[in-house]
Amino acid sequence: MTNRIIICEPSEIVANGLSETINGMAGFAVVQRVDTPDRLSEKILAVDANILIVNPILLGFSERNLPSQLIKEYPHLTVIAMVTTYMEEQVLKQYNGIIELNDSKLKIINKLNQIVQTDDKTEKNDDVELSKREIDVLVAVAKGMMNKEIADRMNISIHTVISHRKNITRKTGIKSVSGLTVYALLNNLIDETEVYK
Amino acid sequence: MNKAPSFSEKTKLAELIADNPKLLQVLPRFGIGLGFGDHNVAEVCKANNVSVKLFLLVCSVCFDADNLPHQADFDSIDMDGLLPYLLASHRYYLDERFPHIEEHLQHIIIAGGPKYGNMLSHFYNEYKQEVEKHFKYEEEEVFPYIEALRRGDCGKGYRIEQFRHNHSNIEDALEDMNSILIKYLPGDILPKERIEIAMDIMELSADLVSHSLIEEHVLIPYVESLENALP
Repeated sequence: MTNRIIICEPSEIVANGLSETINGMAGFAVVQRVDTPDRLSEKILAVDANILIVNPILLGFSERNLPSQLIKEYPHLTVIAMVTTYMEEQVLKQYNGIIELNDSKLKIINKLNQIVQTDDKTEKNDDVELSKREIDVLVAVAKGMMNKEIADRMNISIHTVISHRKNITRKTGIKSVSGLTVYALLNNLIDETEVYK
Repeated sequence: MNKAPSFSEKTKLAELIADNPKLLQVLPRFGIGLGFGDHNVAEVCKANNVSVKLFLLVCSVCFDADNLPHQADFDSIDMDGLLPYLLASHRYYLDERFPHIEEHLQHIIIAGGPKYGNMLSHFYNEYKQEVEKHFKYEEEEVFPYIEALRRGDCGKGYRIEQFRHNHSNIEDALEDMNSILIKYLPGDILPKERIEIAMDIMELSADLVSHSLIEEHVLIPYVESLENALP
């Protein structure tokens, strides 16, 4: 499985160099680059990334715990710091690993491979339990609601709804709306009277 | 990466079938009957008035979905038989495969009682309507447009691009039906019949995938080339 990487880095030079280096490695691909941490959680979900490389200088005081929050939210996510300037050890502790500006290509490759292997989080990615949010989306889909309606009702973006739906399909193996309805019925998530009128 | 197809017009049809049993279902759609002895593909096609190149093209899509043809490959192919082939496939699905599956499904619906039976019959009826609508759209809108185009009549505003956009996927729901039969219905409801019908559904669903591939990677590019040649 290819590791899908999202880079969150303000410097064009660093982001370019990092993408270039990573895209040349087997098993890794940079799927998105952003230069601010805004809505990072949604973006991770949207592109189904399993590695986030973020420059800690982007995270202000109020966002200083973002890496650990993200790891908690996405158990399969690995968060790596792209360190371009001096950072307190305390800050770097919450990351799964760090890449430094003067790391050689070989060093970056070794670090990434090592981080991915020790975490072995790709396995957990295959879990079958639907999350609370996914169940909410599943129930809405089963009731015949459109993505737009679900997004409005749950106060999330359509993109996020689509990502939840992708994950539901990945976990249940069911692709069609009518199939999801049967799944919801069989698991007593909805009542027959709510769907078959 | 895959190499060039391991068969040609010189291959004996019987050998081709032995390597790709799916071909048995393809033959009647081209109007090719059994009893062809040891003749090769070219000979059997000729005897049945089927374009050899078209036959080989359909075979290559059916046998090797990873190796889809490029547009240039079929510029020189006689496409007269393509629409009749697709129509014959529709008839086979609607008149033979679905009724067969439906018959078995009825037993499971009855055995499933109100709780499981109802949802299964809802699911199936909804699916069947979708399939009928899917084929009806192709037969009443798309195919007549293509026939007109082949006669040099440029049609009134319709373009095959619309078909590409609207071409709905009818395989997914069928696979879901199998998930329900295999994974989600309680194990004690007619297990033997469920296994049998699940095998049939897998076969049908693979057949439908090939069918869509032919529509999307042969029919659509072919019609696009006709459209591009319009004045």
